[in-house]
Amino acid sequence: MRARRKGRELTAAQDRTSQITDTDILLFCTFRNEDIRLPYFLEYYRKLGVNHFLLVDNGSDDGGDSYVAEQPDVSLWKTNAPYGKSRFGMDWLTYLQGKYAHGQWALTVDVDEFFVYPFCDTRPLRALADWLEASEVRSFGTMMLDMYPKGQVSDAIYQRGTDPFKLANWFDPGNYTLKLNNFYHNLWIQGGPRARVFFAEKPRQAPALNKIPFVKWDRNFTYVSSTHMLLPRGLNLVYGQNGGEKTSGVLLHAKFLNTFGPRVSQEAARAQHYGDGREYKTYASEQDSSEIWCQWSEQYLNWRQLEAIGLMSKGNWA
Amino acid sequence: MSLGVVMLVHSDFARAGQMVRHWAAGGCPVMIHVDSDVDTATFDWFVANLSDLDDVRFSTRHRCEWGMWGLVAATQDAAGQLLREFAHVDRVFLASGSCLPLRPISELRDFLDGCPQTDFIESATTADVPWTVGGLDRERFTLRFPFSWKRRRRLFDNYVKFQQAIGVKRKIPKGLVPHMGSQWWCLTRKTLTAILNDPKRRKYDRYFKRVWIPDESYFQTLVRKHATRIQSRSLTLSKFDFQGKPHIFYDDHAEILRRSGCFVARKIWPNAQVLFDSFPQATTPNGPTRPSTGTVDRIFGKAVERRTRGRPGLYMHSRYPNVKKANGISAAPFSVMHGFDALFPHFENWLAQQTDAQVHGHLFAKDKAQFADRSTVFRGALSDCARLRDYNAQGFLTNLLWTTRDRYQCFMFGPTDTPSIHWMLAHDTNARVWVISGAWSIPLFLSGRTAAETRAEAAHLQRCENKFLKALNAPQAHARIRISTLADFLDNPRDTLQVLVDQIAGHKARALSDLPEMADLGGLPAYLQELKNQGMHPFLTGDLSAEMHRNAAVNSEPRSYVVGHK
Repeated sequence: MRARRKGRELTAAQDRTSQITDTDILLFCTFRNEDIRLPYFLEYYRKLGVNHFLLVDNGSDDGGDSYVAEQPDVSLWKTNAPYGKSRFGMDWLTYLQGKYAHGQWALTVDVDEFFVYPFCDTRPLRALADWLEASEVRSFGTMMLDMYPKGQVSDAIYQRGTDPFKLANWFDPGNYTLKLNNFYHNLWIQGGPRARVFFAEKPRQAPALNKIPFVKWDRNFTYVSSTHMLLPRGLNLVYGQNGGEKTSGVLLHAKFLNTFGPRVSQEAARAQHYGDGREYKTYASEQDSSEIWCQWSEQYLNWRQLEAIGLMSKGNWA
Repeated sequence: MSLGVVMLVHSDFARAGQMVRHWAAGGCPVMIHVDSDVDTATFDWFVANLSDLDDVRFSTRHRCEWGMWGLVAATQDAAGQLLREFAHVDRVFLASGSCLPLRPISELRDFLDGCPQTDFIESATTADVPWTVGGLDRERFTLRFPFSWKRRRRLFDNYVKFQQAIGVKRKIPKGLVPHMGSQWWCLTRKTLTAILNDPKRRKYDRYFKRVWIPDESYFQTLVRKHATRIQSRSLTLSKFDFQGKPHIFYDDHAEILRRSGCFVARKIWPNAQVLFDSFPQATTPNGPTRPSTGTVDRIFGKAVERRTRGRPGLYMHSRYPNVKKANGISAAPFSVMHGFDALFPHFENWLAQQTDAQVHGHLFAKDKAQFADRSTVFRGALSDCARLRDYNAQGFLTNLLWTTRDRYQCFMFGPTDTPSIHWMLAHDTNARVWVISGAWSIPLFLSGRTAAETRAEAAHLQRCENKFLKALNAPQAHARIRISTLADFLDNPRDTLQVLVDQIAGHKARALSDLPEMADLGGLPAYLQELKNQGMHPFLTGDLSAEMHRNAAVNSEPRSYVVGHK
């Protein structure tokens, strides 16, 4: 209901949805002033096997909107309505998902999130979707892994169209803590460099890292808070409860680049993010000490490394 | 000798067509069965697509639903038709549209020629193998299963329960011993004819129509009645996961498939282009000649184990076992020493020298986590920040133990350390907890302050320690716990320390040469008495007499059993 009402805030800028076929894998994403990230983002997910991109531009003024509109596999909607009042863009995406993704596999990510799953170097998303479907699994869990450079964050100068993980290729290997949300049955994960550097003295406020981005969509489904959890609640059971490991992946998060500093000042002032941009305000106050790298940081190689460390699992997929 | 193929097809017709061509090119007549649920247009396209092949025929169509009789009926008809129409065929191979020949058909034929009169069919009695998923093994043969498991699960389950409740026990036809095994076989004309023309076939068919998953038991059972020589294995490489669903092969499996030496594999992901392009592939001269599935078995066996047991001690977004029920919370054994560093000022260093273990200070100290090297960040990028640690103390410790599972970990503990970790220390089967109770009195005594000044603090420490001891004495506490009072410990410190070190070393270590230097306890009994006089009874220390610490020093000498020593 809410999503339908919020759907009216969207105007189609480039509608190529007639190209979508029943077996296509769809990607949903909201962005604002991300022109610098969009080219590599699209390239990465095309290679992974996304067939169509359904994007919502929330008032960009950097030309990113016209760039994506020219892409042959993109449908673009625009809105200038406030991000904060649309549950951080989820209302708009829920509307589009209900309309276009019913019965199909949908990937919902941000422009700085890069999906990694077991065998992603040899098996396309379609293989994962087919396998999940054969296993009667409807949703696929991930953890967001914050990536950062060695040295000052502001020195990692990102160039449009390049792989951000050439610069930000370090991560925290083993400091994530989990809690069970008894109401929604999802796990609530915190930790990583954001808890270690920015939220050590107020750990309760450290950002949630659990995400469920890949779902065989049904028009009755809806994301509750970003992609952290879903309704109906059964979709949140992406973890083994008796000791076994379910198959899972990671969202590499390319947040800590030189783009981070200016962004923080902007978003802290705009206060449209979760908790009135509380998170961004913390970053703003901590910015001077923005060397995140530490002696025990791990350099990123590939998914097999993450699986060996225990940050994701092949589970039953071999 | 001539080989014929029965192929069951229900989806991915383009791939199936490709497979038919492989078999046909290898000189095998193919009898194809197409599920009757497939729409006419697709069927017609499929038939037309293969119309250029002479020895490819289509059999009577049945509705094939997983676990139901249709699959067997389809196989019977197709096999019968194949034997009738191609009189020269004397071996029949059952395959599906997603079975990919890995080696040239000629190699399969040579292999079969080497084993005349042999039927290749996996066939085991239900009593001997616990293969089945869902607990229905023997009962597959003694209950009735008229409802589809896939479509009408509830009805299926309820009918099973109902039959179990009223004690239904179907009679197995005389002369048959139920066997089960892989659906994919290769039988000789003689055996197959005998099965299809069995005088009691109608009776058997009627029986198997109500057996669950008859395609895994019909031929497997009847072959035991008719065959002369059975090799109980399938020539088709097919692995099953913990739900009983076949594993799927992808491009990255090309190497292990090639090395398996198997003739046929299933299931292949329809878009695994590399596999379809590179197989069938002739074996190289030094390659395998007979199927050997060791590597494949290992890989898929591991997958099952990962999905059912997982990696103990790992907590992540797809593994979150209920620790209250789990047998062991952490990844590896570790030791906790309570009170030792109060008695022995350099205990940490001493212990590190005695063992290879990593010895931390008070990991759960109030101000910050005292990692072994006193760094601010430790392995796994764990922060020493106390607030962050205490936000999820158990997570902190399981993380530390998971990351450092390659090395034995020890840490000190004290009455004022984070209490929320007590439960885990008491309940984790990997925890080895050593307690000297009442040792908190030593630093107070050594501080030089009077009993009157330290009374309140002593009472507080004793209360905290008592809480810890209570947690350790809980009936469900499965850690290895050894608690002694300060007085008991001083009675014979050497023996306790020896066991403590042995336990870390994992075997009897060498006898301790030197003991850690003990704090000077002269005057401690008097101090404790003074506490009592102030109304604060230090009951956790035990009864400390004036000579005790002097005796302790004597007892610390290595005992000598050598006559004439000294």
